[in-house]
Amino acid sequence: MTNIFNYIERKSPIHSLTGATKLLCLLIWSLAAMTTFDTRLLAVMPVFAVILFIVSKIRLKDVKIMFWFSFVFMLLNNILIFLFSPEHGTTIYGTRTVLFPIFWRYIVTKEQLFYQLNVVLKYLATIPIVILFVSTTDPSEFASSLNRIGVSYKIAYSVSLALRYIPDIQREYHDISMAQQARGLEMASGKQKLIKRLKNAADMLFPLIVSSMDRIEIIASAMELRGFGKNKKRTWYSARPFRSADYLSIAFCVILAAVSVYLHIVNGSRYYNPFI
Amino acid sequence: MKSSEEDILIEFKDFGFKYTAQSEPTLYNINLSIRRGEKILICGPSGCGKSTLAHCINGLIPASYSGEATGELILDGKSFRDLDIFKLSKFVGTVLQDSDGQFIGLTVGEDIAFALENDNVSLKDMKERVLETSAMTGIRSSLLSHAPHQLSGGQKQRVALAGVMVDDVNVLLFDEPLANLDPATGKKTIDLIDKIQKKTGTTVIIIEHRLEDVLYRDVDRVVLMNEGRIISDSTPQALLCSDLLKKYGIREPLYITALKYAGVELSEDMKPQRIDRLVLSEQMKKKVVNWFESVPHAPEKKKEKVILQAKGIQFSYESEGPKVLDGVDFELREGEMMSIVGKNGAGKSTFSKLICGFEKPQKGVFTLNGRDLSEMSIKERADHIGYVMQNPNQMISKPLIREEVSLGLVLKSSLTREEIDRKVDEILKICGLYPFRNWPVSALSYGQKKRVTIASILATDPEIIILDEPTAGQDFRHYTEIMEFLKELNSRGIIIVLITHDMHLMLEYCSRAAIFSDGGIIADKSCEEVLTDRELVDRASLKETSLSELSRICGIPDDSDFIRRFILTDREVRK
Repeated sequence: MTNIFNYIERKSPIHSLTGATKLLCLLIWSLAAMTTFDTRLLAVMPVFAVILFIVSKIRLKDVKIMFWFSFVFMLLNNILIFLFSPEHGTTIYGTRTVLFPIFWRYIVTKEQLFYQLNVVLKYLATIPIVILFVSTTDPSEFASSLNRIGVSYKIAYSVSLALRYIPDIQREYHDISMAQQARGLEMASGKQKLIKRLKNAADMLFPLIVSSMDRIEIIASAMELRGFGKNKKRTWYSARPFRSADYLSIAFCVILAAVSVYLHIVNGSRYYNPFI
Repeated sequence: MKSSEEDILIEFKDFGFKYTAQSEPTLYNINLSIRRGEKILICGPSGCGKSTLAHCINGLIPASYSGEATGELILDGKSFRDLDIFKLSKFVGTVLQDSDGQFIGLTVGEDIAFALENDNVSLKDMKERVLETSAMTGIRSSLLSHAPHQLSGGQKQRVALAGVMVDDVNVLLFDEPLANLDPATGKKTIDLIDKIQKKTGTTVIIIEHRLEDVLYRDVDRVVLMNEGRIISDSTPQALLCSDLLKKYGIREPLYITALKYAGVELSEDMKPQRIDRLVLSEQMKKKVVNWFESVPHAPEKKKEKVILQAKGIQFSYESEGPKVLDGVDFELREGEMMSIVGKNGAGKSTFSKLICGFEKPQKGVFTLNGRDLSEMSIKERADHIGYVMQNPNQMISKPLIREEVSLGLVLKSSLTREEIDRKVDEILKICGLYPFRNWPVSALSYGQKKRVTIASILATDPEIIILDEPTAGQDFRHYTEIMEFLKELNSRGIIIVLITHDMHLMLEYCSRAAIFSDGGIIADKSCEEVLTDRELVDRASLKETSLSELSRICGIPDDSDFIRRFILTDREVRK
C-alpha cells in the first residue's frame, strides 16, 4: 500500500536527528522560505532540499503521491495568480517589459514571469522539507517534539495517534469495502449517478465509523487506565538527547533565516529586483 | 495470614450500580472481599455484570461510564468515592481483552513505559524499570525496539502485562484475557499469570467465562455471577461438584461433563479442578469405560461431490514480500460443515479472502462446480460464496434490521419490492429475527447482530458461507445459539466453513478440519483425529482436549472414538 502521509523507517542521518530538531528546522526553514522573495536564496534552497532528500534515503517513489499532490496544487496556484492579477509582477518590480499578449487584460510580462518563478521556487524550497519531515519522524517522536515546543501533550498525543491509525484504518476500509462490494454495493463506477455513488459511499463509511469508534473507546480506556492525563506534564520514553548533529542542523537553518533577513535589509524589500 | 482482616484489599459491601443509560441496575447487593495475594476467577454469562464489577475496581466507572452507585466499595482502605481512575491506576493494573487495541506505544519499550511517562519519571529511571519489568515478564530486551503489532500472540500478552506491572500495582485485573488467543497461547497466558503471581505475590483477578482454560492453573476462589448478583463464591472444587455451572450457562470442563454422563458422583476429594490431579477410583474408571461402550458410534459419513476446489494457491500481500500462502490445495464437498484452524497469522483469514475474491492469488486456481472463479467479479462470486466478518459492526451499514437484510437484494436483483419483502421476511424467520424486524440494529445484542449479518448474507442464496470466528467472545449460551443456527442452515444444504480457534466448536460441529500452519495446510482430517495427534496439536498451536486425557486415565485406547461418542451424547442431552 502506498503511503499517503506516513513515517517511513530507514537508517539515515536525518532519521537519527531528534524529532524536536526536525520540527524546529522545519519551522525555521519554512519561515525563511516564506518571508523572502529573493530569487538567489530561493534558488539555493531547493538544491539543499534535494541534497537532504538524498541523504535521508527516502526514495521518490515512497512519497510520489504527496509530491504529485503538491505539484498539482502549485500549478493551480500559479494559474490563479495569473488569472486574478496578471500585472502583479509589474507593480512589485516597477517596470513593465511586455513579452506577448494573450487576450484582453492578460499580457505576459517578464516581471510577472519572474514573480511567478519566485512562487514556484518557494514551493520547491518548502514542499520537499515538509515531506521529509513527515516521512522521517515517527508519530511518537512527532508528539514528543510538538510537546517540546510548547504544545499541550494531550493535543500532541492525539495528533500522533491519529497519524498512527491511518494505515490501520486504510486496511479496515479495504476489508469493509470488499465485504460491501460482495453484497452488491458498487464504488467509483462511471455509470452511476453522483447521488447514488455518494449514498453508496455513505453505506461503506457507516461501518467504518462504528468500528473506528470502538477502537477509539478501547484505546482511550487503555490510556486512562495507565494514567494518561493525570499530570500537566509528562516525560517521553522516545526522547533522545540533543547531539552535535542536532545543534548543527538547527544552526544551519538559523543561518538560512539570517540570510533571508539580511537580504531583506540589503534589498530594502522582500524582493530581489533584477529589472532596475 | 490470609484470613486477617487488615489484609482485605478490595471489599464490596451491599454494592449496587446502575448505568445512567439503563433503567435497571446492572449490579445488585454485591458483597465480596478480596484479600492480598489471592487469585480469583470471576465468571458468569454475558451481561451478568462481571465487566461492570471490573470497571468499578479499576475506576473506568465513573471515569468513562457514568451511573449511580449504592452501598460501599473499599479499595486499599479508601472508599471508592474518594478515589479516581488515576489514583486507582497505581493500585490496580488492568489488562484488557483486546491486546492489539490496547497498545499505545509505537515500540514495545515505549508501550511498557507509558504509565511511567505519565508519571513524569526521568528517562534514565524509565529505561531501567522497563528493563526490569520486561525481564520479569519474559520479554527479551532485543524485542523492546520492535512494534508491538509484529509480535506473536503470546508475546503481545506479555507486553500488555508488563505495561501494567511497570507501576508496581497491588492488583492485576484481567478482563477476558483468553478471548482472542489461539488455544496454545491461551494456555501459556494462564501459565504466565500463575508464575507472575507466585513470584510477586500480587493479587490477581481474572474475568473469564472459559472456565476450563483458566482452571488449567490453580485459583483460590471462583465467583459465579448471574444477572447482576453473586450466585456463589467458593473453591473451584466445590463449584465443579455442584450443578450451578450448568444452571447458569457456563460450560463445565469437558472431562467433568463426561464424568457426570458416566454417572460418576463428583466429590471434592477427587480434586476435580485439574485433570492432571484428578483422583479416580478403579470403580469410577470402570463406570466411564462402561458408559463409553454403551453409547452408539457416530456413523461414518460418505464422501460427497466436490463443490469448491483450490489448487496450488500462492499469495503474498506485497509483490516481493513474504508468501502468506504457498501452494495450498483445498476442497469443499457438498453439504459439509468444516473448520479452518491454526495459530494467529497462519494464513486462515487470507485464504478465505482469496476464496471470496477480496484478494487475488499470484498462482493457482479456484474452481466452483468446475468453473474458474477468476472469471467472476467479487459481486458474482458473492452469489455463491458469502463471507461473514468477525466483527458484525464492520458489516452493518443500515440503521434498521429490515433495511440491512434487504440491502443486498435491493442492490443486486431485479426483484420487485413485494418479492424482496417476502424473501426478507422468510430469511428473518429462519434467523429468528422476525419479531425484531423493525428494530434499530443498535438495540440488538452482539449475538443478534451476528445473526443480522448472517441473514443479510443469506439474502443472496449462497451455496457456501464462510464465517470468521463466529463465536469469539461469546458465552456458552450465545455460542450454542449461534452454532445451532449454523447447524440448521447446514442441514438446509448450505456449506458452512468456520475459521476458528475454538476447539470445542470444531469438535462439536465440524466433521473435518483443515489445519493451516506457515502458509500451507499441514493436515486435513476429522477433528477428533486432529486433536488426538499430539505433534499436530503442537505445530498448529492447538490444544488437546481434556477428554483425551480422561480416556487415557480410564484406559480407553481409542481417544478419538471416545471424543466422538461424547460429542454425540452431549449434543443429544443439550437438545
